[in-house]
Amino acid sequence: MTLTALAADPNPKDWDAVLAEAKGETVYWNAWGGSENINAYIEWAGEELKQRYGVALVHVKLDDTANAVAKVVAEKAAGKDEGGSVDLIWINGENFASMKEQGLLFSPGWAEVLPDWQYVDIENKPTIRTDFTIPVEGLESPWGMAKLVFFYDQARTDPDTLPTNARSLLDWSKANPGRFSYPQPPDFIGSSFLKQILSELVEDRSVLLAPVIDATFDKTVAPLFAYLDELHPLMWRSGRAYPQNYPAMKQMLADGEMDIIFAFNPSEASSAIANGELPDTVRSFTFPEGTLSNTHFVAIPYNAASKAGALVAANFLISPEAQARKQDPKVWGDPTVLAMDKLDAADRARFEALDLGVATLRPNELGPAIDEPHPTWLERLEGEWKRRYGVGN
Amino acid sequence: MLTRVGPPLAVLLLSGPILAGLAGTILPAFGYLPALGGTAFSLAPLRELAAAPGIAHSALLSLFAGLAAATLSLIVVMLFVAAWAGTPLFSRIQHVISPLLSVPHAAAAFGLAFLIAPSGFLARLVSPELTGWTRPPDWLIVNDPMGLSMIAGLVVKEVPFLLLVTLAALPQVPLARTRMLVASLGYGRVAGFLFCVWPPIYRQIRLPVFAVIAFASSVVAVAIILGPSAPPTLAARLVEWMNDPDLSMRFLASAGALLQLAVSALAILLWIVIEHIGAAFRDRLAAAGRRCVRDRLVRTVALVAMLASAATVFAGLATLAIWSVAGLWQFPDALPRGFSLRNWTTALPRILAPLATTVIAGLVSTLIAFAITLLCLLREDETGRIGRGSALLIYLPLLVPQVAFLFGLQLLFLLSGAVAGLPALILAHLVFVMPYVFLSLSDPWRAYDRRYEAIAAGLGKSRLKTFLAVRLPMLTRPLLTAMAVGFAVSVGLYLPTVLIGAGRLTTITTEAVTLASGGNRRVIGVYAFLQMVLPMMGFVVATLVPALLFRRFRAMRV
Repeated sequence: MTLTALAADPNPKDWDAVLAEAKGETVYWNAWGGSENINAYIEWAGEELKQRYGVALVHVKLDDTANAVAKVVAEKAAGKDEGGSVDLIWINGENFASMKEQGLLFSPGWAEVLPDWQYVDIENKPTIRTDFTIPVEGLESPWGMAKLVFFYDQARTDPDTLPTNARSLLDWSKANPGRFSYPQPPDFIGSSFLKQILSELVEDRSVLLAPVIDATFDKTVAPLFAYLDELHPLMWRSGRAYPQNYPAMKQMLADGEMDIIFAFNPSEASSAIANGELPDTVRSFTFPEGTLSNTHFVAIPYNAASKAGALVAANFLISPEAQARKQDPKVWGDPTVLAMDKLDAADRARFEALDLGVATLRPNELGPAIDEPHPTWLERLEGEWKRRYGVGN
Repeated sequence: MLTRVGPPLAVLLLSGPILAGLAGTILPAFGYLPALGGTAFSLAPLRELAAAPGIAHSALLSLFAGLAAATLSLIVVMLFVAAWAGTPLFSRIQHVISPLLSVPHAAAAFGLAFLIAPSGFLARLVSPELTGWTRPPDWLIVNDPMGLSMIAGLVVKEVPFLLLVTLAALPQVPLARTRMLVASLGYGRVAGFLFCVWPPIYRQIRLPVFAVIAFASSVVAVAIILGPSAPPTLAARLVEWMNDPDLSMRFLASAGALLQLAVSALAILLWIVIEHIGAAFRDRLAAAGRRCVRDRLVRTVALVAMLASAATVFAGLATLAIWSVAGLWQFPDALPRGFSLRNWTTALPRILAPLATTVIAGLVSTLIAFAITLLCLLREDETGRIGRGSALLIYLPLLVPQVAFLFGLQLLFLLSGAVAGLPALILAHLVFVMPYVFLSLSDPWRAYDRRYEAIAAGLGKSRLKTFLAVRLPMLTRPLLTAMAVGFAVSVGLYLPTVLIGAGRLTTITTEAVTLASGGNRRVIGVYAFLQMVLPMMGFVVATLVPALLFRRFRAMRV
């Protein structure tokens, strides 16, 4: 693929032409479908797009984003360079790096010329332009922010005893054996836990922002695996089995199988309380020295059939109205990518009116952000993890 | 004349997609996939597979699970039929158990997990009163390293399947007369049955047993839900590799698919050895003149095992149903603190389109498979030859693990530009439905006593009239059973639907599995319940229609 746009592609700089072309198109949006409240939000977005722009949105529910990438690969293999079956993908990190590297994305960069890009908080949210250290270059449009947050039930656990970093989490596990675990990598959240611990324990954190160097890899990750060797016997099921994923951990917290769980969405607990999944005594905490944080995006494959419709959808998703609704815990609770000081008063009021819920930390309580390592680290970490723990002992 | 097109049509419809799919798997396994820069053949992917940590362990797990699940299910069915066939109790129990076949594997697996986990329903029932547990014990029951709970999950699902194919074969043997004869010779019920009735029945259900082995050794959903996680079974790892965002893993995944192929084949070969050992053992017992009269214990155990496997599935599904209307439900409460219809009200409006796709794809693919199967079988009758080559092709999809040829199959549909259309989806379903319909129908069909036709011909009836008035009615039960099996298979298909439907055509099953990845027991409950109802209807029809038709035909009763 060359980087020059095909003549038939819509030009996002000419927005009126994009809107005209999008009318009547159907956009197949491939997005993880494992969460009812997210699905309901996407459904709402579809209804709005239909009414306002005449764009029909179909949510193709995935259990793994890699499936959408695989579809585009299969299409490329078959020489199907236009009229592909995927118009929009909910994506970040590894999947983005992999698609960018193979020229599977609609290019040149389009995200930063969308009309509503003017509201995006590029000044204070560096992960919007750098996705897992990979320059975004406008090849994907930001949708929401993620931050690693821990949850506990104050009816069972005294807040004063909670861990404040990786080291004290280990001490806490010694005092409370069997009450903590993490989803088995390559689960997205489980792998993120590995990156969190590595980022805390590594000697020089800047090493993680560059691609892995084979010669020093073992030495760099040694503290992480020494830590895990110690932690695993103290975990739920003594580390012989792992929770399926983060929603499964919510049930374990409710049942008292675990006392500390975590997720990538600060409003996860408030949402779960509203849905009757968790008791209303659940609260959140983070590590004062920082937890992982990143941005999640939407991208358009190079061979999408409805590129204009996908552009209109991506722009609607960063509109203040759609972003405010998304941040409401009763809807989803996913933090916005917009800057409050760039919004007009009416739009700002939408955000200020939100009740973030009893178990949600305020943005200023979330603590510092730790950058995601370069995508090559995750792959190597997962491989090493599997070699050590994934094959029985 | 029409029957002539049967076999070639079957060969074309089945071998095309499968061979293309296999090519799309085998080529990357040897390093060839131009789209990913693999332009030269090499052994690198196979070497990489050999170096994959714990790969032998995973493969052995799959092998063990396949053989153990098949052995246990077959023993339960064999002893149960031997002890109870022909009794009033037997027909009552078969009506209870047959519908279980239609429960999708994933739903049954979730039900079992919710039942036997330390925080599951059984533990809640007796806690904290009997156990003193205020928190679930930290025991590794589900996802145990040996895969025992996974095997249990497979057994409770394969027992109904094997019982159903056995039932379909049963009318072809003179059961009552044989029973009387062996009893008059002083044999116990079980021994007499095993010596005299079982061999011809087993010959008829042999291929379904092979299918069970191939399935159990390569199943994905059950392995993910109940199976070990360190390491997982081979098939579960394969899907992991297939979905890896690092696309170069495709080569390794394809190499792994070849290994899966070998594992399933080895499992079947080992089974053939087990068959010989079993037969030799039986012959020695028979030659020794053992009558085995005191078999009350065996009969009771067989009955209990059969009932327990059914009760497990029912209880699991009941637990799922409770979860689907549960509010907050914490351990050790035996019942939820509150009930709400929220889960249902959010799910139902979204379920209509997938429901329609499920029913249409299921019915159409089943009917096509049924028609082609009939044509093939009729052609077989005319020529008197069982087309060995074409038969092998028909069984190929059951011996090739699904994951192994789906990527290639998807490529094929892309090249023909037919991806994501209902016809393509139906065609893909047909590849998987057809073998099951053929399997369910061919043995009872071949075992049909052709002398009835000779009599009809002697009475001056035309061949068509004989076929419609004698043969089809006599085979009503296996015909309907085959259709119900086909429909249930179609409803339960996940991977082919996801890949060929390109996610645009969703069915109840793809929706359920997608939601299951979110781990929300309430939503799983809603979808699994819906997943269950559809195929069950098929089996209700397959059970009720013959019962109504033949309520006055004593010899036609099972």
